[in-house]
This record gives sequence, C-alpha cells and structure tokens, in this order.
Amino acid sequence: MASMATAGKPAVKTAGLRDRLRPYRAVLASRARSQRAYRTSFALDLGSSMLVGVVELAEVWVIFSNVSALGGMRFNQILLVFGLADLAFSLADLSFGHLDTLPDYLRAGTLDAFYLRPQPILLQLITSDVSLRRLARAAVGAAALGVGVATSGVAWDPRTAALLALGLVSGYATFAGLFVWAAGLQFFLVDGAEMTNSFVYGGRYAATQPASVWSRPLKLVFGFFFPMAFTAYLPAVTMLGLPGPQWLPAWLGWCAPAAAVWSWAMGLLCWRWGVRHYQGGGG
Amino acid sequence: MRATARVYWRLLVAGFRRQSAYRLAALGGLVANLTFGLLKVSILFATVRAAGGELHGYDTASMSTYIWLSQGLLGSVNLTGRTDLALRVKDGQVAVDFLRPVDLQAATIATETGASLFALIPRGLPSVLLGAVTVGILLPTSPVFYLLGAVSLVTGMVISAATVYLIAVAGFWLVETRGVQILYMLASGFLGGLYVPIALFPQWLRIVAAATPFPSIMMYPVDVLSGLGGAGRAAELVLAQLAWLAGAAAAGQLLTRAGRRRLEVQGG
Amino acid sequence: MSAIIEADGLTREFRIRDGKRRRVLTAVDGLTVSIQPAEAVGYIGANGAGKSTTIKMLTGILVPTAGRVLTCGLRPVQDRRRLARQVGVVFGQRSQLWWDLPVRESFRILAAIHALTTAEENDRTAELVEQLELGGFLSVPVRQLSLGQRMRAEVAAALLHSPRLVILDEPTIGLDVLSKQRLREFLVGERRMHGTTLLLTTHDMGDVERLCDRILVIDHGRLAYDGDLPGLSRTVGAERVLVVDLAEPTPDLTGLDGARHLSSEGGGLRQRLAFDAEQTTAAKVLAAVSDKAEVLDLTVEEPDIEDVVRRLYAAGR
Repeated sequence: MASMATAGKPAVKTAGLRDRLRPYRAVLASRARSQRAYRTSFALDLGSSMLVGVVELAEVWVIFSNVSALGGMRFNQILLVFGLADLAFSLADLSFGHLDTLPDYLRAGTLDAFYLRPQPILLQLITSDVSLRRLARAAVGAAALGVGVATSGVAWDPRTAALLALGLVSGYATFAGLFVWAAGLQFFLVDGAEMTNSFVYGGRYAATQPASVWSRPLKLVFGFFFPMAFTAYLPAVTMLGLPGPQWLPAWLGWCAPAAAVWSWAMGLLCWRWGVRHYQGGGG
Repeated sequence: MRATARVYWRLLVAGFRRQSAYRLAALGGLVANLTFGLLKVSILFATVRAAGGELHGYDTASMSTYIWLSQGLLGSVNLTGRTDLALRVKDGQVAVDFLRPVDLQAATIATETGASLFALIPRGLPSVLLGAVTVGILLPTSPVFYLLGAVSLVTGMVISAATVYLIAVAGFWLVETRGVQILYMLASGFLGGLYVPIALFPQWLRIVAAATPFPSIMMYPVDVLSGLGGAGRAAELVLAQLAWLAGAAAAGQLLTRAGRRRLEVQGG
Repeated sequence: MSAIIEADGLTREFRIRDGKRRRVLTAVDGLTVSIQPAEAVGYIGANGAGKSTTIKMLTGILVPTAGRVLTCGLRPVQDRRRLARQVGVVFGQRSQLWWDLPVRESFRILAAIHALTTAEENDRTAELVEQLELGGFLSVPVRQLSLGQRMRAEVAAALLHSPRLVILDEPTIGLDVLSKQRLREFLVGERRMHGTTLLLTTHDMGDVERLCDRILVIDHGRLAYDGDLPGLSRTVGAERVLVVDLAEPTPDLTGLDGARHLSSEGGGLRQRLAFDAEQTTAAKVLAAVSDKAEVLDLTVEEPDIEDVVRRLYAAGR
C-alpha cells in the first residue's frame, strides 16, 4: 500500500505490517488511557461488571441448590460450561462490545467521519474503543472455569487441553461475530437494539446452558443458527466424555471453529448489506 | 382537591401516551421476551423435573406462568435504577420542577406508573399470550386472584417508581448516584425474582430478599396472578406490598422535602 | 494533471415517505461540472438545495443514483480509501475529532492513520498550530473547546496530511467576525503555498467574496450558475441594503441619488435603502442621507444566499 504523492511532497513509501497497524494502535491506546484516567469511575465500572458476572453465576448456583444434576451434568460440570461461555463472551465484549454504539453514530450523522479516513469502516468501528471494565467480568468467568477445570472430572491430557483452548478461542470468535452481525442489522433497524440484544445477550445466556435441556426449536436457533452450543457446551461434553443430546452429538465439540466461521460469515454479510443500504441513502 | 386529582390523572395519561411512540422498540422487547422466556423455560422446567416434578410449590405449569408473567412485566417495572429525574437532580434542572404547583414525588410517580401501565399493552399482554401459545400457561379460574392481581400489579409498578425515585433524590446529597444505581440494578433483578423464583432460594437468601422491597415489585404480583399458594397467601402478599409502598412513599416525601431545603440553601 | 473534480450528470434521488404517500426527492439533478487543481470554488445554495448531498457523493459516502463523478481521478465509492488520503473534509456542524481526547491526541491519531513519518508529523503539526493559533488549547479535550477553537482544530485536522483537495462544508457558521477572518486568511495562504484546491459550501457571501474565484450556485438540485463573482453580481445585480436609524421620525427618503427606498419603521425612525454596489458605495449613500436627516446608527446588510438564488431565477427568466 503506497501513500499518494501530494502537492510539493516527494516520493512514495510502502507500508509494512507495523505501519498499517499503527493507526489502530493509536486509537486503542488513547481510549485505554482515557478510561484508566478517571479512577473512581473506572473502579465503579469494574465493580459493577464483576457484580453482573457474580449475579449470573448466582443464578446457576441457586438452581443447583435445589437439584444435584441438570441436563446430565453436575454443578462442577456446569461450571465448566458456564466458565467457558462467560469468559469467551466477556473477552469478546471487551473487544467488540462497543459496536452497539453504531446507532448513536447513525443518529448523529457522525458515521460519515469514518468514510473520510483511509481505513475500512468496520475495522475503524471495532478499534474505536476497548471496554477495559469487562476484564472484571472475565475474571468471574475465568474463576468459574478454573473451578470447573479442577473439579468437573475431565481427564486432562493433550487432547482435552487442546479442546479447551480450541473451545475458548472459537467461542471468543463466535461471540465477536455476533456483535458484528448485530451492528450490521442496526443499519436497518431504528431503535432496534432490543431485537439484536435477543441473540447477543440471549445467546450468551443460551451458551451457559446445557443444550440437552433445549426443546427442538431452541436447538435449531441456538444450536445451529446462532451456534451458541458450540461455544461451550459441546466442547465440554467432548472433554467430559459424555454423550451429546439428540441432534447434537458429542464430537461436534471439535467443530467449534466452524461455528466461529459461520458467525463471522453471517456478520460480515449483514454488515455489507447494512453499509450498502446506508450508502444507498437509507437511514 | 378535585383539581389536584385531575392534574395527576393528566400526568398519568401523559405517561401513558409517551410510550406509544416507541413501537419498534416494543416489538424488539417482545422478541427479547420470547427468547429469554424460552431459554428460561428450558432451564427451569428441567430443574422442576429433576426435582421430581414439584419444587417449592412449582410444577412445570406454574413455572411457565411465572416465566411469562415476569417477562411480560419487564417493560412495566424499572429494574435498571436509571431515571430522567436523576439527571435533572444532577444538573440542577430540578429547581424548575420544584417551582411547579405539583408535588415532585407524586408527579414523577404518576407519570412513570402511566408509562408502566401502557407498556402492558405492547409488551405485557403479548408476552403472556406468546407464552400461552408456545408453551402453555395455567392461570387461576377464581376472580379473586384477578382482582387481587390487578391491585398487586399496580402496587408493584408504583413501588418500582417510588424506589427508583429514592435513588434520584439521593442525588441531592451524593455527587454520583451511579454506584447506588448499579447496586439497585443488580439487586432488584436478582432479589426481585427475575432470574429464578424466590421460592427456590436457599432459606437465608429468601430472608435477605424479604427484607428488601424488590420482591414486591415483581415476584409478589406474579405469584398473586398465578394463584400460587391460594387466596390467603395472595392477600398476605398484597398487604406486604402495601406496607412497602407506604414506606417507600414516606421515605420519598422526607427526602424530597430535605432535598428541596438543601437546594434552596445552596441557592441552586 | 486532469481535473480534480469531474462530475457528469450526477444525480441523487431519495425515496421518502411524505405522510402516507411515497415520493421521490431529487436532491441533486444532473450536475455536470469540472474543477481544476488549485481552484477555489464556492458552492452556494439555499438549505436543502443539495450541497451536502453533492459532497457526500464526491467523497464516497453516498452512491449516485445516476451519472458519474471522479474525484482526484478516482471513483469515490470504489476507491474510497485511496481517495481519503488525498482529500480533507471539514464539516462545520459535525466533528471529526475524538470528542473526549485532547486536541493533540487527535492529531497524533490522524498522523498515524495517514501514515505520516515522525518528521512529517512534527513539521506539519507545528506549521498548522502556528498558522491557526492552536497552541493555547492543544491539551484541552475537544468537547470543551469553543466553536471558534474547534473549527480551527477541525481545519488543521483535515489538512494534516496535506491533501490536494480540501472540502469545507459551512466552516464559518456560527463564528464571530474575527474568527471568520482568521480562518479565511489561513485558507488563502494555504492555497497560495501548497496549491491546494478548495471547495467551499457556505451561506456566507463574505466567505465567497474573500475566498473564491469561482462560484457554483445550486438550486433544488440543479446548477443555476457557474462563473465568477463579478459575473454573478452582474446577473443578479449587486444590491446591498443600508439600514439607518434616524434621530427623529422622518418622511420616507425617496429620491436619493443612487439609492432606492425600501421601507420605513417607527414612523420613519428606521429606514431601509437599497443601492447598487457597482454604481455607488455605502459611504456615498450615507452622505446623501445625512444631508436630509441626522443619522444615529447604521447597518449594511449583505445580500443573503436565498436572495441571490431567487434573483438568479428571476434574471434567468
């Protein structure tokens, strides 16, 4: 990529990878710095973020104070699912969560500023912020995952360890794709945040559940269309050596990356539709 | 006296009308209710079945009723703790509100309740209908529960408005009410029975919840409307709600008066 | 080098819902114009005449419904990112800076975005800071700046990467007289030094007079005039209005040499007189008025854009 010669300026220079990443690093660094600068506000954000995670974990705990097994899993095994899903989601929320500010840009007409910069618009939006406070919630997910890993009865060997890593990375990517998907739809929906929240935050909720309790329609929606079962539950049953429920056999745990690919494909598709709609004068 | 009543009625109607503008948002809310409702059905039905078909008075039918009634109520109660009034207190514009010949607390609560009542139409009733159609719910046959239920419902909405009002007026003393608001958001949902029915809580947690006004906002109306525990229990719950309402209203009056004095002293 | 902006039959239609009916609004209709490098073009028209829509099509934000346009020889929509390196845009009413960060940070980020070397970044920033007098508020967050300060910062931001073409959309709106003047002087200097092409949309005839050597008038999406300012004045008549506040009520001042009486208020206390700026001057008219009555205060009104456009139409008939 060469920068164009401007009036009175010499030469053409080629940009290496480091140079190309420079603008994104610049914005992210600024944002991170400004978030940490407001100490009390940041502490408050961290605290509330952690509490949200704790409350969600509490829900699972309350349920298991009444029963000893759900969907074929004990509490420690559910913790594995919950931890994996919540950690992956929190990390994705940290890096992609602010895509939900797109409607604000659309309403204020400030998305145009993105068009005037020599970078892809989606990439600008993704790197426009980083929600550091989500780290606290990720900590809750990580803690649950830690307990789950230690006590769920998984036989740890290179295979299961690889599956865990694969599941986490794929889960992160799958959730990230959901945020892009939701953003693309925002070009069409006005005040439509609640509709996309249904599959983004509903998806997170679904991901922490054992898919074996789902009805058939739910299996279609959150098993395959928004592939939430692949982010945590299926890798977990594979690791635990349990049989999967009907329609979702255990070996699908290894297909978690496919879910991520699907999620991003749909997300990018909706994004392209949305941008084309915007440039065609809609909204 | 009649003139005052008319003013508050108008405010109620205004709050009612204000919400009718947000139609697409209402549809989105319905989709969200359906999604979370179905997911909750999966988990909670499995829980009931794993406990042998009955859990603390809930079977799958009454669990379904709980789920859809609570989802439907989401649009009618404030579980975020955020209010416009809080912003007005923060930037001082509330001084203008005090100049008006209506009581700030009563006016705010009346408007919010009007909005809450309206939300039953695009969000409340359809959610219950959706639940009835997709999963099936069991509603009581005796009119007692509907009568008490209506009272309970409205009281719950008023308590919700009254308690978030307290957060807003706390802003007269606290520079930043965000901390309180966040705590409210977490507590009101969890202890209000949004995530799981309070009856499923371990004993000690149930006591903690009963010591807060949050169950009166959502859990009790849902229990009354579903007829859980019979008419006697329903009446008990409504009485508890009315007690909490009185308390919240009194606290609100006190804080409003004190806040107004503080504002005047500061020359706000 | 070919034209910097080459528009041919550029058209943009919008489908809008007007109550219950749906109709088509043609915001830009068959715009054909060619702008050469180093020109300074004023793009004027009433509100809603199609100026912002044109700019959006020039920069690739909107896709044209018909016709083509090339900006800096590139297709704006398909080659948007390459084009962004050669064009700088200033939106008067929307900020492109990072709202909650200090001004200096915005410049650093933009320098990174445009891949400027450290030397280029330092030199250019220093030059812009000095010329636009930004030194006093470089560390202030953008949202705390006054309008005048923010506009200067926006202009600097748009010019940081030394673009060949600078588009300014209502840059002086809301600014006080002094700030307007400073900004205009800067733009004139920039053009002289670097040969930058300027395309300026404005409501302010003062901007046009002091900055532009070519004027495009757009009315209801169509190009109504393309030429220089003297030509425009000749076409519409360069009429100005002198408003005088008199010491006591006076009968209408008709029959003054070179001035035409328009209206009187307060029984003749305030009178409006139109005069042809090509034939006479405000001073001369004032002198003629002072002969007849004692003048306490006066204002000279510039012709506004709507007026110019209206008279352009009338002249064209």
